[in-house]
Amino acid sequence: MNKKIVYNICKMCPAQCPVQVEVENQEAKFVMGNSFASGINGALCPRGAGAISMIRDDERPQFPMIRKGNRGEGKWTKASWKEALDYFAEKIESVRSKHGAKSILWSDGDRSLNELHKAFVSGLGSPNYCNENSAGLSNVSNASFSLFGFGSNHFVYDFLNSKHVVLQARNMFGAIEVKDVNDLLDGLEEGGHLTVIDVRSNITAGKADKFLMIRPGTDYALNLAVIHVIFEEKLYDASKATVFINDLEKLHNFVRPYTPAFAEAETGIIADEIIALAKTLAKAAPAVIWYPGQMAAKYKDSFYVCRTAFIINALLGSIGAKGGVAIAATPEDAGGKGLKKITKLVLKIKENRADGVDWMYPHLEDKGGLLHLAFKAIQTQNPYPIKAYIACGSDPLSSYPDPEAIKKTFENLDFLVSMPYCWSDIAWHSDLILPISPYLESDDILKQVNGLHPSFFIARRCSKSKFDTLPSWQIISEMAKRLNIVPLMFNSIEKIWAYQLQETGVKIEDFDKTGFVGLSKKLIYLKKEDIKFNTPSGKIEIISEKMEKQNIPSLLNYAPKEKQPEGQFRLTIGRCSVHTPVFTRNNDLLHEQMPENKLWLNSTVAEKLKISDEEIVLIKSKNRTGKIKVFLTEFIHPEAVFMVHGFGSGIPPESRTKEIGVADNILMPGGLDIWDVAGGGLALQEHFISISKIV
Amino acid sequence: MSNYIFRLDARRCINCKACEVHCKSSKFLPPGAKLGVLITVRPTQVAKGRRIISAFAPCFHCAKPWCVSVCPTGAMIRREKDGIVYVNKELCVGCKSCIVVCPWHFPQVDETSGKIVKCDYCMDRIDEGLKPACVTACSVHALSFGKPNEDAAKVRDSFGKSTMVNKDWGSTPQD
Repeated sequence: MNKKIVYNICKMCPAQCPVQVEVENQEAKFVMGNSFASGINGALCPRGAGAISMIRDDERPQFPMIRKGNRGEGKWTKASWKEALDYFAEKIESVRSKHGAKSILWSDGDRSLNELHKAFVSGLGSPNYCNENSAGLSNVSNASFSLFGFGSNHFVYDFLNSKHVVLQARNMFGAIEVKDVNDLLDGLEEGGHLTVIDVRSNITAGKADKFLMIRPGTDYALNLAVIHVIFEEKLYDASKATVFINDLEKLHNFVRPYTPAFAEAETGIIADEIIALAKTLAKAAPAVIWYPGQMAAKYKDSFYVCRTAFIINALLGSIGAKGGVAIAATPEDAGGKGLKKITKLVLKIKENRADGVDWMYPHLEDKGGLLHLAFKAIQTQNPYPIKAYIACGSDPLSSYPDPEAIKKTFENLDFLVSMPYCWSDIAWHSDLILPISPYLESDDILKQVNGLHPSFFIARRCSKSKFDTLPSWQIISEMAKRLNIVPLMFNSIEKIWAYQLQETGVKIEDFDKTGFVGLSKKLIYLKKEDIKFNTPSGKIEIISEKMEKQNIPSLLNYAPKEKQPEGQFRLTIGRCSVHTPVFTRNNDLLHEQMPENKLWLNSTVAEKLKISDEEIVLIKSKNRTGKIKVFLTEFIHPEAVFMVHGFGSGIPPESRTKEIGVADNILMPGGLDIWDVAGGGLALQEHFISISKIV
Repeated sequence: MSNYIFRLDARRCINCKACEVHCKSSKFLPPGAKLGVLITVRPTQVAKGRRIISAFAPCFHCAKPWCVSVCPTGAMIRREKDGIVYVNKELCVGCKSCIVVCPWHFPQVDETSGKIVKCDYCMDRIDEGLKPACVTACSVHALSFGKPNEDAAKVRDSFGKSTMVNKDWGSTPQD
């Protein structure tokens, strides 16, 4: 038996949990969580368990493909890597010489380790590197930026030691990031409390000590009332708070009208519950976490929901605290050195971004841009034309609103490229497909994880490639060779690893035993005095100068949510444990678990509409329709419907995805224009649908 | 019963189905057959709140298995050393008598081969000193598996020590 353990990083979803793989004769046989990594200890979620099924599946891009007919027609020529990459270089060079390097757009999904891709885009000469955060994390990271001067990735949530966690519109046990989920469950077993605020009773609500069902769209009202109670009942340490927080007086005055009674009228949550929640949190402070959000691209005021969540944490002293919203320590905090950044190999591009972040919206963090505004630039040629778009492990036709509108926008592109791990709508629509080997078949760049125990993780390939696909580092290297980006012409993954490790004192052999290298013996909680907020005053700033300069209020007056028209329901979306949206819809083990999505509908509402459980109904949003089975429950707010994101029919080569419910994003006509400049996030839950029986 | 105890901590379980998928993946099973099954009820109001509740059903590995006594070829076997009931694929002819006679229909058909597959507690893994795939990789460590007397010894030891060591005594006993 030729059995061995190989360490890798799971890329079946954005959590990127460390894994260990039993490998025999260059074939992965069993994938489990890394048994040495804290919070993991061998555990791995169902998507992770579907990784071997994915690589064994024939129904994925097997070789580079060049489009023959029209976009989306599905006519392809098979190409060798040499042919495909030569074609890529030729087309990119042509676009670059005609319209300039800045006319090239790149979007990354968050299942990849993206540093090498970022460097490549700079190497091309373009500033237009985007991720998909404007449909997800933007509001959270920009809320953090506006208060602390740094993004939310500077924090780590210390669930394990928390005495009270509030999960607001965050289905953590549904979406599953293995370490966080286990830390939270362990923390609850040790006596911690969990309060869940959501529009429906999902699995996370099922673990709560207290579940508060909230009227969809009114979270901001709740948060304002909680801050009001903290001030009025003096539930915070005023002397400590003034040391760390500016403009407390302004905040206090601002929240005066937002009483618990006001919030009850808006949210449906009883005023006494709101007061009790604030008091309970204060007793548990500072070891509390009011989770500020993850998929926060929900409502037009979601940025302010995130911001007030952070403010609640700040008032209760949990910022930087053990059991609270701790600062993610870096290797430097542990007395060591971090991985050398690959982006340092290329010059930062000074050109203005096409999506306007950094020059039109200087109050926003630059890192991932705003993809929906980049699409606007493609459409309007403003501020300048975008003529080439490379979607790498990213499918905005599935993750962004109104795919028909996006496809229309793409007509302005001379060149559309996909670098997919598996079939996706955008791959089918592209001019060129450069398939990336799934993670089990790929080595990857080293990953640095800041946190209470800063560490480096390795991703080593476990299986030989079943088809003619390549790891992304190799594709980038080959592209770099053809486009003369000298610093990124890596001939081996070992050369990349050596570059990354050069100043750290860590050797590649140090990863052999456990797959990671921890940089500190103990957990690192930074002392409050050592925490540096990156703001002009050095304190947490309730009033953000950057925002005020843009005439964007730091403290936004609450706008009451209009009563929904009769027969209209707010479309809410979310995740589930067995699927990563779109990515796993055709995975044979995961499709078997959940072959379609269903529409959660309040059972009392359904009775009035004479709709029974499991009935297939017609749903309509403006002129967009879909047919879906209903799941009736009394445990969803009567104004809301819910469906899991990432379903709807697939593309021809995916045999398992013929009738699989509805793609929520087709029910969002005009949705690309519903976004908030304050946080950059789209508002994906500001769409309403009607439901009717199919006769 | 086999010599092992197999348990789901329903309070910890998050109904995610990782157990089912790990089981199938580790045995390269095609769609349609499930060895370990996680049975879940929809959100339900119980005393402590609204819960989604699960129970895990692999195979009971009976002491006197109906499936073994009915098997015409001797493919279904109960091994002496620990009571695991498993299928010898070479001898199975796919008659499905074992499914019919099992009160819980645990044996499943592998539709690509026509033969029977059944939870065998990941016998190969156990013989290497490992635990079944579902237990090893459950996303929240809700499944446990082991020899009852050995596992109980650890629990009793740690309970005993923790009750002896308290504020009044003020010291930790040396092992």
